[in-house]
Amino acid sequence: MVPRPFRAAWPELALLVALIAAPVLLPPLGFSHDLLSRALNWALFGLGLDILFGLAGLLSFGQAAFYGAGGFVAACLLVSGTIQSVWLAFLIGTLAAGLFGLAVGWLAVRRIGIYFAMITLAFGQMAYFIQNSPLSDYTGGENGIAGVPVPVIGFGAWAVRITAGLPMYALLAATFFLGFVLARRIVHSPVGLILKAVKENTPRVAMLGHDVPAYKLAAFTIAALYAGLAGAMLGSFQSYMPPDAFALETSGQLVVQTIVGGVGTLVGPLVGAALWLWLRDNLQLIPGFGSLWKLILGMAFIGLVMGLRRGICGEILHRWGQRREAARLGAAKARTDAIEEAIAAGGGVAPEVPAEVALPMPRPAFDGRTAHAEIALEAQGLARHYGGLKAVDGVSFQVRRGSIHAVIGPNGAGKSTLFKMLSDEVSPSAGSVLLFGERLTGAGVTEATQRGVAKSNQLNQLFLALTVRENLRVAALARARGRFRLDLLAPATGRADVEAQVETLLGILDLGTRAETRVGVLAYGEKRRLEIGMALATSPNVLLLDEPLAGMSPSERVATCALIRRIGRSCTILLVEHDLDAVFDLAERITVLSEGRLLADGPAEAVRRDPAVQKAYLGAAPDEALGETTGTWGAVHEPA
Amino acid sequence: MPSTAVLLSQAFNGLALGSLLALVSSGLTIILGTLGVLNFAHGALFAVGAYTAFVMMQATHSFVLALIGGCAVMLIIGFAMERLVIRHFYARPDEDQILVTYGIGMVLVEALRAWFGGNSQRVPVPSWGMGATKLGFLVYPTYRLQLIGIIAALLVGLYLVLYRTSVGLVVRAGIENAGMVGILGIDVRRTFLFVFAVGIVAVGLAGMLYAPVVAVTPDMGASFMVQSFVVIVLGGLGSFPGAIVGGLIAGEIISLTSAFDSAYSEVMLYGLMALVLVARPQGLFGTEGRV
Repeated sequence: MVPRPFRAAWPELALLVALIAAPVLLPPLGFSHDLLSRALNWALFGLGLDILFGLAGLLSFGQAAFYGAGGFVAACLLVSGTIQSVWLAFLIGTLAAGLFGLAVGWLAVRRIGIYFAMITLAFGQMAYFIQNSPLSDYTGGENGIAGVPVPVIGFGAWAVRITAGLPMYALLAATFFLGFVLARRIVHSPVGLILKAVKENTPRVAMLGHDVPAYKLAAFTIAALYAGLAGAMLGSFQSYMPPDAFALETSGQLVVQTIVGGVGTLVGPLVGAALWLWLRDNLQLIPGFGSLWKLILGMAFIGLVMGLRRGICGEILHRWGQRREAARLGAAKARTDAIEEAIAAGGGVAPEVPAEVALPMPRPAFDGRTAHAEIALEAQGLARHYGGLKAVDGVSFQVRRGSIHAVIGPNGAGKSTLFKMLSDEVSPSAGSVLLFGERLTGAGVTEATQRGVAKSNQLNQLFLALTVRENLRVAALARARGRFRLDLLAPATGRADVEAQVETLLGILDLGTRAETRVGVLAYGEKRRLEIGMALATSPNVLLLDEPLAGMSPSERVATCALIRRIGRSCTILLVEHDLDAVFDLAERITVLSEGRLLADGPAEAVRRDPAVQKAYLGAAPDEALGETTGTWGAVHEPA
Repeated sequence: MPSTAVLLSQAFNGLALGSLLALVSSGLTIILGTLGVLNFAHGALFAVGAYTAFVMMQATHSFVLALIGGCAVMLIIGFAMERLVIRHFYARPDEDQILVTYGIGMVLVEALRAWFGGNSQRVPVPSWGMGATKLGFLVYPTYRLQLIGIIAALLVGLYLVLYRTSVGLVVRAGIENAGMVGILGIDVRRTFLFVFAVGIVAVGLAGMLYAPVVAVTPDMGASFMVQSFVVIVLGGLGSFPGAIVGGLIAGEIISLTSAFDSAYSEVMLYGLMALVLVARPQGLFGTEGRV
């Protein structure tokens, strides 16, 4: 048995062995030391893109801007004689690229997908033109900067110059190795987990209380720092800083290499770069074939994007992990089938009554002055108009601290819109929301969660590629860490309080046996429970549940009602639900909406007897109307 | 301060460049708006258009015939691209669409390089466009004036198709809400094929019309593509009027800045883009909430 720390670090060890063996074993295959050095430089550059695209899902076509910035700042400082130490120039070049990345990223992360790719590409071109013309006195314009010195280790008589060939390979290999170790730490940090979640479902991460733009900007800056270091080393190792470093082609080549090698694997950029350079160097030697190498590579790339989307390393890792995953999936599917069978057989499902575990009381986010307020949440004249449509029209009500409060109303009454205003997802046209007497409206959904208002959605918003445990961890980290924190080197699993909370929640949600299952393969009812659990994991003071029972089987409803009642012991709950039996069973107070207006508001019994409610809401006067009603009322979709 | 004559002639250059950018960008923007696909092969297709004009000119010695033949070639390329590749990517993430069109662009450029070599080719100015025209206040190359006129006519034609025909109505409705158009029972797939082909013909025509003015090389389209991205950010995503106004603004900025200091012409353009991103992220003609 291999000791545990070594097993956890096998990728690092494997890479170390490969980097040591490569200059010995690979040259006969056409990989010269120079080619391997260049591949390592591209790979270091690519580590940044892999974090940006592979981890956070942000595809940048402007990475050349930072590669060039790092390179030219370092080269310019060295050749002009401003700085003697090559190492210091590397550091300054890297930091300069990082600063540039921070500025460009600040503009670019406001947009996603298509816009993000376009903007990064455009800023890449801008950097190219700035180097080429306005700054050509410093950068040599189209000529670049020649005579960049190589780094020196040691002092005086002991000084060793790191020249091209094996010494430079060793330096680049060591740098890439450190970059790789650091990148893996980042991937496994809380920031890495949050970025993974951002890639899956950005709005939900914001809803959980994480500052999404800040995390994206962090990823963008990290990518720029990697690019800057690679660029700074490029000039030194070629003793020439080429203007192509800024070219559009450079950004494109980096993207292609990373995809071909396998995005999200961290070694993919290295394999992709080695393959690209090997093809270029070797195919060009074949007579009559020389100019075709890039055409062939382009076709292979199209095929890769259309079919094998994982790239070379991704495919290998996938095949390797497939057997383990298959076993896990089989077990998960068996359980799903069993549940569905039981449901089909007539409902005696009964998800076993979960063990009685006490929920931790959420820590109050409000200060002592208001901590004893009797009113947890208050809507004051809330209104939301869409053009002429008044979805919500001046609704005021109060939710008492520690109560379970329900909002009901026929379809189109404005319940979902009201909920979105309570969690500040949608800003009201008029009126405001007070949380423990303090104005919440205008703070934004992320801040609302940080202050203690969490919401579970009518339609599941989960991170399907992550496991149940990871989903809950992303949520639990939000209030434990605050809006934004750059703990890049801490492990995501390292917070004992968060892990304990996740474990408790797994028990309460009866998802303990599913903890390591990918959420994508969960049964519907389990996903519904997890959706509630996600909101609960943010330790809210006020929990908003938007149709928690939607689509559940009768037995699942019973279990979920029990869950809600239990949650209600430790926090204030406001829920929207069409299942009136459940509503009257759970809620102490009920607010009735009709066509965007408040129809009634009061204790459950009073609302039940209110003739206006019966008339307007049920369209029938007889008392038994409510008694007979079971199940869901109509379709669940309303205008957002 | 440059003389009035220089400024005037640069303003005309800006108009020529701007109208060209407007044509390239309107092709890009209707594809983006309707299909939701950002075509990263757009620059390569610009070069394909220019080379098509080169080949057709050699074969027919008539620029008009070259344009007509070139349109047919671009139409076929557009149909083939949509049918073989793009169609499979409508349901995939934006990033995949960008990657595959980037790959297509790379293959097209390398195919041109393999076929015609890396050296630049020249397309002669058509006989009816030789020489210069006296405008009273300025003497300006005749073909460039005609270029502005032809592109204006093409854009008016595209406007009429988009705003005065039933197909155009479907396209504009698709830009607003593609899902709804599908629900209404309109065959979106055929509309998509049509729009994609029109977009490709637009950029191809831009390449053909521009060929007599510059050296034709496989990489000639790259800078146009990036500039047309800027135009779309300026004008607003998927907006046809935005593409035209944005194109003209971009053309004038590049040309007029170079009257003062050509080093800053491109930098000014990107500076303006950054400004728009901060002050009006949805672009001049875009509506908030799209993308």
